Amino acid sequence: MKDESFKLDQRHDSAVKHVTGRAEYADDIPEPAGTLHAYLGLSTRAHANLRSVDLSAVRNAPGVIGVLTAADIPGENDVSPTGRNDEPIFATDKVEFWGQPMFAVIAQSRDAARRAALLAKVDYEDLPHTLDAGEARAQGGDYVTPPLKLQRGDVVPAQAAAPHRIKGQMRVGGQDHMYLEGHIAFAIPGEDDDVTVHSSTQHHSEAQHMVARVLGLNSSDVTINVRRMGGGFGGKETQMNLFCAVAALAAKKWNRAVKIRPDRDDDMSATGKRHDFVIDYDVAFDAEGKIQALEGNFAARCGFSSDLSGPVTDRALFHADNAYYYPNVLLHSHPMKTNTVSNTAFRGFGGPQGVIAAERIIEEIAYALNKDTLDIRRANFYGTEDRNVTPYHQTVEDNIMPRIIDELEESVNYQARRKAVLAHNAKGGITRKGIALTPVKFGISFTATWYNQAGSLVHIYNDGSIALNHGGTEMGQGLNTKIAQIAADAFGVDFARIKITKTTTEKVPNTSATAASSGSDLNGMAALNGCEQIKARLVEFACQNWQVQPQDIRFANNHVHIGSHTLPFADFIKQAYMARVQLSAAGFYKTPKIHWDRESGKGRPFYYFAYGASCSEVTIDTLTGEYTVDRTDILHDVGQSLNAQLDIGQVEGAFVQGMGWLTTEELWWDKQGQLRTHAPSTYKIPLASDRPRVFNVALADWSVNRENTIKRSKAVGEPPFMLGISVFEALSMAVASVADYRTCPRLDAPATPERVLLAVERLRDGA
Amino acid sequence: MTPRTEIRFLLNGRDMRLSNVSASDTLLDFLRLDQRLTGTKEGCAEGDCGACTILVGRLHQGCLRYEAVNACIRLMASLDQCHVVTIEDLRGPQGRLHPVQQAMVEHHGSQCGFCTPGFVMSLYALWMQNPDPTEAEIETALQGNLCRCTGYAPIIRAAKAVSGYGSVADDVLSRERADVTSRLQALQDNRRVELTKAESRVFIPADVDDLANLIQQHPQATLVAGATDVGLWVTKFLRDISPVIFLNHLDGLKQIATGGGRITFGAGVSYSDCGQVLCETYPHLARFWDRIAGWQIRNMGTIGGNIANGSPIGDMPPVLIALGAEITLRRGTDRRSLPIEDYFIDYGKQDLADGEFLEQITVPEPQADGLHAAYKVSKRRDEDISSVCAAFNLIVENGRISAARIAFGGMAATPKRASAAENALIGAEWSEAALVSAAARLSDDFTPLSDWRASAQYRLTVARNLFRRFYLEHSETGADARLLQA
Repeated sequence: MKDESFKLDQRHDSAVKHVTGRAEYADDIPEPAGTLHAYLGLSTRAHANLRSVDLSAVRNAPGVIGVLTAADIPGENDVSPTGRNDEPIFATDKVEFWGQPMFAVIAQSRDAARRAALLAKVDYEDLPHTLDAGEARAQGGDYVTPPLKLQRGDVVPAQAAAPHRIKGQMRVGGQDHMYLEGHIAFAIPGEDDDVTVHSSTQHHSEAQHMVARVLGLNSSDVTINVRRMGGGFGGKETQMNLFCAVAALAAKKWNRAVKIRPDRDDDMSATGKRHDFVIDYDVAFDAEGKIQALEGNFAARCGFSSDLSGPVTDRALFHADNAYYYPNVLLHSHPMKTNTVSNTAFRGFGGPQGVIAAERIIEEIAYALNKDTLDIRRANFYGTEDRNVTPYHQTVEDNIMPRIIDELEESVNYQARRKAVLAHNAKGGITRKGIALTPVKFGISFTATWYNQAGSLVHIYNDGSIALNHGGTEMGQGLNTKIAQIAADAFGVDFARIKITKTTTEKVPNTSATAASSGSDLNGMAALNGCEQIKARLVEFACQNWQVQPQDIRFANNHVHIGSHTLPFADFIKQAYMARVQLSAAGFYKTPKIHWDRESGKGRPFYYFAYGASCSEVTIDTLTGEYTVDRTDILHDVGQSLNAQLDIGQVEGAFVQGMGWLTTEELWWDKQGQLRTHAPSTYKIPLASDRPRVFNVALADWSVNRENTIKRSKAVGEPPFMLGISVFEALSMAVASVADYRTCPRLDAPATPERVLLAVERLRDGA
Repeated sequence: MTPRTEIRFLLNGRDMRLSNVSASDTLLDFLRLDQRLTGTKEGCAEGDCGACTILVGRLHQGCLRYEAVNACIRLMASLDQCHVVTIEDLRGPQGRLHPVQQAMVEHHGSQCGFCTPGFVMSLYALWMQNPDPTEAEIETALQGNLCRCTGYAPIIRAAKAVSGYGSVADDVLSRERADVTSRLQALQDNRRVELTKAESRVFIPADVDDLANLIQQHPQATLVAGATDVGLWVTKFLRDISPVIFLNHLDGLKQIATGGGRITFGAGVSYSDCGQVLCETYPHLARFWDRIAGWQIRNMGTIGGNIANGSPIGDMPPVLIALGAEITLRRGTDRRSLPIEDYFIDYGKQDLADGEFLEQITVPEPQADGLHAAYKVSKRRDEDISSVCAAFNLIVENGRISAARIAFGGMAATPKRASAAENALIGAEWSEAALVSAAARLSDDFTPLSDWRASAQYRLTVARNLFRRFYLEHSETGADARLLQA
């Protein structure tokens, strides 16, 4: 457990740099003389054969140094992260989405490159395009990656025996990451085959491997550095690979530094987003609302290539139970190929689309039986002793959901407030209210089991200062802060003594993406392992030097206490150095217990689960569909928090992002297949005034991770994203009020004011 | 007087003189690329995310005033005689953090940090005007700043706490106010500025008469006021806007005069300044006003620009049409006035002759018995373009509607009156039934488009429902007719 000196409110280690503008992002790095700028030439068709691509005007434009096409790639023209070879850097004979890169132009300034990129003369032969997952599935379209089936029990007899059965469909929109810092890569050529790329990537090791693959080099020739990202959210896990490769390709070809940074509109057009889903469900339940059988088909808009759509759609199925036990269940994923940008990781990674389907099913049952949705949730929660096996045959061992729900229900005065909401709506006014208390259970671990490993590199210099590197990347979540806290705690020194700077492939190799909420779990343990290795040597040295036993040695308060001796940490380190103790270590960690057999759909893909719940109350305007979120209360489980302030920041931020996904953030393609919501002017993420009017966030501080995670904490990045579903469900209840709660509103997501109003009108018309 | 051929301004503490400035050079590129002041960030390059927020100080009718603006669409030539303050210049006493910065650190207001300098600058501008803001005032000041990490709660907590870390009187811009004022006064030479860089021509007229002359001499020139629209022509459409005549610095276009039963606004009055006066005369606009764009854009954008560009989705025209406003167009020394609705002929086509410009807008004072409302419906409450914008102005005498001016934005190719609905109302009894029945006539008036903001069905449904809302709000039972907002 944590030492008392462990500061739970340790502020972000870059906070002062953030507020003064001195925090350095990739675009802020001073450019060497002669730096060139690359810009992508993008397709303006959703699906077409390329009859010809005439780049002469591009080449002849002012300031242009040259262009890059597939023919200039010495290695593979492919950046598919799962090795399916389906994602060219530059399209060759055909384009498969509007915004697909066909070439890059290299010029003396970004402005010159950007202008030149528009001058290509492309002769397209249009082909029919499919934009929507439902449409693709109906047409018997292709999968971009093999689908998954999860099955337990037998749905057919259960369906036949159940007194109630409802079939329905839900459409769930995608989401753009809208990280404030867009994609960027800045490559500097070195001697021989060397190239160094500064980038804003969540997965620098993969970028390294991709650059090497594209350039036909060894990974050891390529260095990727990430000091920090201006937000990632999954959007910079695989999507940065292309930019890194283009910058590196140009840097080597012209032997000059090359930067690539697309304009926001091009960033949003050319890079992937959260998958939209069309979900068909068939639920059978009894008179109490207990689910007897569930059949679900999850079709996802994957875009033109696989990218991470396999694991994303898998995770949607893994979370189609949310917190509920399905005695008989049959789930299929349908990763549909569409003529849209290839969708990718986004906080929750398919999980939210699974969870929201479970919550829709709860709503269907509640409205069919004229009950409170919370009663239906309770009736279906996983048990602790029985009713505790998931559709993927993992037993839920750490279920704390009932306590979370009970505590939140009590603290927010749910029952009384729900009565007040019903009373308000009974007046039949223009404004209607809704309240919903929704749970989240989220599985922690990469489902690609081999990703669950991490490394660190710890140096103690002989003046007692400590430098630490790990395989995670800092995107605002405070990972470096948490890791420095762990190292400071291990050595009993002040936080300020630990220096963590950029993440680089030079220090820790073969790292996994900083993703799947795993950053602290994996890298924290690897850092601790590195510290413990050095500490063991230091203890051995002290035992010999001062003739004491290991239990007589304590590292605390910047000192080392050795029996009756007390030395300042720095002095002790100096003595250890003089005694030739190795003061450096490479730490390592791999998550125990997990295994997964995708073919059989069985295993233990998750080390543990994180839990949470939120209760939101909303008011809608039945004349316009506009709404306000009047109050949200959250109780969330992070186990024993490593840093309560950072964790609360993650919970608050994830909730608002999740709420945005389900309310105002709408991706809209025109009939030609062009995304028309491609910048903040047209794509609306929440503003300060959109956050709940009353917003209370608490951590379930009593929760202790039953698994041996770092300081018994739990991952926090993704799980609270799904707390935003309480807003969506509350909106749904407000809509349902216009038909006396007898009809499930079947709101599709996002519940824009338009969808809310049209649902109100639909329910009023009795449809 | 011969024209000056350089712009002069202050950048943080330094005097700047630049002659090599093109029409489309932006302040953000100047800061980041030329000056390597990289604390100011580019998030969107269209004035929607606020990561590039900086302060621009200007002598406003003799008085130094700082405003938060977007550097990404602020064109360089518009900075003549201004003081530009960036994040790098923020500082507290004795090398400590500035109170806004300290509050943000103490309240965990940053995560990835990329939006943070912009938030700090917006909060700084707010704090200078209002050291003890309410939560609602903070939210209004932050309408133009996006954060994707924090969910805003810690930023709001920080904003409320700023004054606990220092006082405005001790702030560096307060202490240096007299000095900066005299330095900016020293830059005022009442000369026209002409800049040439390669093919680009820029004119910064000395006064309104000079503007009138310049427009006659260069009738094809792009007129730039707040650049909140033209800025995007540059950053998004890469359009060559040269030659450009800048007019946002002209005090002669920023006059607001009341008297004789009307209020006259110079075309260069910003939304922020216009709102203060207009919302006092027409209180129904108060809840509408702060939904127009975000704070930075309201500081930059002008009401004249919002009319002159002829956009079908601008928020000012429907309101002004309903109020019965007139506009004055000027060509040389000739002036003509027309009802504002007549200015909008068709999409992209306005009643504006070569060499003519919009000089002022005249709004009548309210009539007795006038019933007013202005509604904006958009996907996101703040800083969004209207799906539907509606303005109502009805006169009810002895229980009957004697006059009706109802105008919509977002429903047609131009801002437009709902004539069929108006005609249905005139002479009708003031009743919910009359309003609902008039609303049914809207399909005679409008055939709206479907696009990413809203479908045609939604636009028409909302427009109809707003007639009902208008009645309910002005009837005795209408207390519950609208969402409560902070």
